[in-house]
Amino acid sequence: MSDFPLVFERGMPGRRAARPPVTEGAGMAELLGEDALRAHPPRLPEVSELDLVRHYTQLAHRQFSIDGNFYPLGSCTMKYNPKLHEDAADRFLDLHPYQDPDHAQGILALLHGLQGDLATITGMDAISLQPAAGAHGELTGILMIRAFHEANGEGEQRRVVICPDGAHGTNPATASMAGYDVVEVPTGPDGEVDFAAFEAALGPDTAAVMLTNPNTLGIFERRILRMSAAAHAVGAQLYYDGANLNAVVGRARPGDMGFDVVHLNLHKTFTTPHGGGGPGTGPVGVKAHLAPFLPAPLVAREGDRFVLDTDRPRSIGRMRSFYGNVGNLVRAYAYIRTLGAEGLRRVSSMAVLNANYLRVRMKEAGFTIAFDRVNMHEFVAQPPAGLRTLDIAKALLDHGVHPMTVYFPLIVKEAMMVEPTETESLETLDAYAAILAEVLERAQADPGYLAEAPRSTPVRRLDETTAARKPVLRYGFTAG
Amino acid sequence: MPYVPHTDDDVRRALAAIGVDRVDDLFADVPAEILDPPLDLPAPMDEVTLLAHLDALAARDQQAVPTFLGGGVRRHFIPAVTPRLALQGEFVTAYTPYQAEVSQGVLQSTFEFQTMMSELTGLPNSNASMYDGASAVAEAALLAVRQTHRETVMVSRAVHPETREVLQTYLWPLDIDVEVVDLEPSLTTPVPGVGDHVAALIVQDPNHLGYLEDMPAMAAAAHAAGALLIAVVDPLALAVLREPGSYGADIAVGDGQVLGVPMQFGGPAFGFMVVTDALLRQLPGRLVGQTTDVDGRRAFVLTLQAREQHIRRSKAKSNICSNHQLAALLATVNMAALGPTGLREMAEATVRRAHRLAAALRGAGADVAPNERFFAEFVLRTRAEGATVRRRLAKRGVRAGVPVPPEYGIGNAVTLAATELTTDADIEALLAALHDVGELGVVGTEVVA
Amino acid sequence: MKIPQELRFAASHEWATEPADGIVTVGITDFAQDQLGDVVFVELPEVGRTLAAGEAAAVVESVKTASDINAPLAGEVVEVNGALLDAPEAINTDAYGEGWLFRLRVTDGDAWGGLLDADAYAAVAEEG
Ligand SMILES: Cc1ncc(COP(=O)(O)O)c(C=O)c1O
Repeated sequence: MSDFPLVFERGMPGRRAARPPVTEGAGMAELLGEDALRAHPPRLPEVSELDLVRHYTQLAHRQFSIDGNFYPLGSCTMKYNPKLHEDAADRFLDLHPYQDPDHAQGILALLHGLQGDLATITGMDAISLQPAAGAHGELTGILMIRAFHEANGEGEQRRVVICPDGAHGTNPATASMAGYDVVEVPTGPDGEVDFAAFEAALGPDTAAVMLTNPNTLGIFERRILRMSAAAHAVGAQLYYDGANLNAVVGRARPGDMGFDVVHLNLHKTFTTPHGGGGPGTGPVGVKAHLAPFLPAPLVAREGDRFVLDTDRPRSIGRMRSFYGNVGNLVRAYAYIRTLGAEGLRRVSSMAVLNANYLRVRMKEAGFTIAFDRVNMHEFVAQPPAGLRTLDIAKALLDHGVHPMTVYFPLIVKEAMMVEPTETESLETLDAYAAILAEVLERAQADPGYLAEAPRSTPVRRLDETTAARKPVLRYGFTAG
Repeated sequence: MPYVPHTDDDVRRALAAIGVDRVDDLFADVPAEILDPPLDLPAPMDEVTLLAHLDALAARDQQAVPTFLGGGVRRHFIPAVTPRLALQGEFVTAYTPYQAEVSQGVLQSTFEFQTMMSELTGLPNSNASMYDGASAVAEAALLAVRQTHRETVMVSRAVHPETREVLQTYLWPLDIDVEVVDLEPSLTTPVPGVGDHVAALIVQDPNHLGYLEDMPAMAAAAHAAGALLIAVVDPLALAVLREPGSYGADIAVGDGQVLGVPMQFGGPAFGFMVVTDALLRQLPGRLVGQTTDVDGRRAFVLTLQAREQHIRRSKAKSNICSNHQLAALLATVNMAALGPTGLREMAEATVRRAHRLAAALRGAGADVAPNERFFAEFVLRTRAEGATVRRRLAKRGVRAGVPVPPEYGIGNAVTLAATELTTDADIEALLAALHDVGELGVVGTEVVA
Repeated sequence: MKIPQELRFAASHEWATEPADGIVTVGITDFAQDQLGDVVFVELPEVGRTLAAGEAAAVVESVKTASDINAPLAGEVVEVNGALLDAPEAINTDAYGEGWLFRLRVTDGDAWGGLLDADAYAAVAEEG
């Protein structure tokens, strides 16, 4: 079988697919100086429009997606991305970030409205729409906490961020970027943070506690109110990683749980598309005592005008250029305004219903559930002894469904983290459970079955070791 | 109810399978005192009502008028084929390509992206994208600090002011100092004396005001002190301008909006970072590498992941997880559509249009800054404050004039940008509007706001 | 699983040779390389660096994990195995030989005797 070509291997010198408006005139050497110019043109593809269309259409066919496949990645909330939102975003494409704000009142009104909606949904007092992703929101939030402690004269004293051992990697990585040391606290036998260990870890050096709730096992921290009281009692701030908000959106608010800062992943709970890895969007919300530290600018209302408020002397500063991933903010706004409060409640209710249903079905199919109890929007399963999660994941690919998140959280061996989301029907969940059961059955009957999977995918298992030992990160322009 | 498929029967069937009576039983772990708070959100809208509401909002925004705004975002030609191909559902609704066997679409197109960014910058190793140009500069500075074990970075004042603000935000918690290099009257950066305490020199080319910098001299100055040169570049300009690799830059970073991403009020576009081989292991963010599958076929996979947060946690090179892949794909398809000729024509037309605009303004008596070495934008001194000029022009149907901040010490001024999309009629409209608001012609003309 | 009798071990899966002229050679055990899987990259300490016992000195990466390698004894780094930069797989194929990581001039030669002997380490590895 021959290799699927790279776009560089298609076409012919002299071809192209698009022609920009051309302006004739003086040469570049005359206008800019010979020394400013590059000696050789970049080697970019030279393809006709039809070559180009076939290439990227065929590549699209070599890709699983929510539009094409059930995709129950735990922690990622792969819910359906409504087509309506794409039309909504199209209305705001030709807006320049530096155009006169009085002539951008529509988009500013929308952003102001979204700030308000997200404050209501999270139970927070103020929102910044600036962060570009969840991890970016985490950094924004932890930097605000740092600024708050410094303003209180406790900057030197508070050196530590506490995370559960099940935390997502971005949490400890963020704490490091903010100049903090990380202390991990263990998970107890009930799948919740071990409260005694948590209390023991808290102290006058604690700057912040970073939690998701429900946690990365899909279990709601029942002691959350005691945990926030204990953290606040030592002067620490409580950070909510909103990656799992889909479990409780509309029904419970981080602000009411005692959190001081929250980030949201609009690409999860509020269904802006994941785009093959991004762009996400990670607004942060804060309680009033942290509001002075929010990044500038915020969208503010002055009478019936909306303005970009840059006059924020205690702000941590900017986290990025301009105001945020506005295209995605429009999509999230469209979602919230389509659903309203009742619709959002139904989102989390059905997300939790679906996850519990699939948990039961997977158990029936022969999987073990880590911390087996009623879960929220996701749960963590394990394969029967002797089988490897990676192999089962690869076998699923042959059945046209995407695997769950594998090997996360790190605290469960052979973890399979499953999040079906509310937009999937019970038939889809039944079919997934049936595929899983079939995979287990065949694996037990034929030891070679799993090792050979996948068989029918565009490429089969890859040599990741060579890829990492001898990295090839660009085309060599030798072939073709 | 939109997007949730469950019928009443479905709910009953699921509850029975789970073995609980009501959906609320599944929420029993949530403390009762915080469950189901009243939420004061606007009433839901149906599709038609929602789109009408958005249309009404969009009508209050100035769009599709003559535009001369730059400052990091510009309106450029995007052929129809670009969004049609890049925004196919398979690309839009996929996630990070962790399962390589069914993610070759995203993986291969990212490998193509990395190759194109390497070609444009003349450096070997591009990551899969960053959030935006500003955060990419901040991450590049952190990389330089890790690599050199030095705790100061030097940055030209002609690096975009917002980029410098982001740099400051990222460096502040780690106690890394930022030294700012002031500009010469030509509005370019003098070659600074770089001390051996400096991790990196950061220079933007073309700079924030539009002018070309002496990048080879910057590289020499940085390297003489054992510091890295971080070149902040405009990737479209690199179709004609010398590439960072040719003058010895260690890191090329920038924002890719100009390569085929709509302006969208400033986001999402994407940032990029391309580095020398010596810095590869310090690179933040995702990387796609080439390998083979068990049948010997070429295939692509996320690689060198041990740098990243999901493996290295608190010792990762960065906390970045989601990047801006879809915007990078728009740029990939767009570059493939235009090819080397189209991209060069676009860059050349941009230069010619910008120079034509400057000449027309001078001809009309405007105070255009004297430096001729600019790519897409340049400085116009104004009578009124920059933001006021911009507002007055907007009222006359022209989007123009990014205010030049006071830190540059040149009084009232704006930058004006042109691109290959700027027409002669646009230029006439701008001249007429500038005349109307008293920025051309006799000093002291009364102006109506 | 090989555990040479003549070596001493740290519970964090490093081995050290008996000091000869105050110098010990350090690597990771066969058990550790097996747990890691295919090694794809190593980050070695700078020659001349002074390390405390238990301090993170090197990093060994496989495709899906990265492990800190600690100095089993206090001392100064006098040599590193540069060949691993091109051929990290030596750690998989020959953990106690070609796969050595670095050499230390130890501060306290007696400390070596305080490390785990082969039997004690076997018990540690047994537990995982
Ligand atoms: C629990 C958790 N926290 C944080 C993140 C990081 O979010 P992002 O990828 O938007 O930066 C994720 C993403 O998967 C997550 O699952």
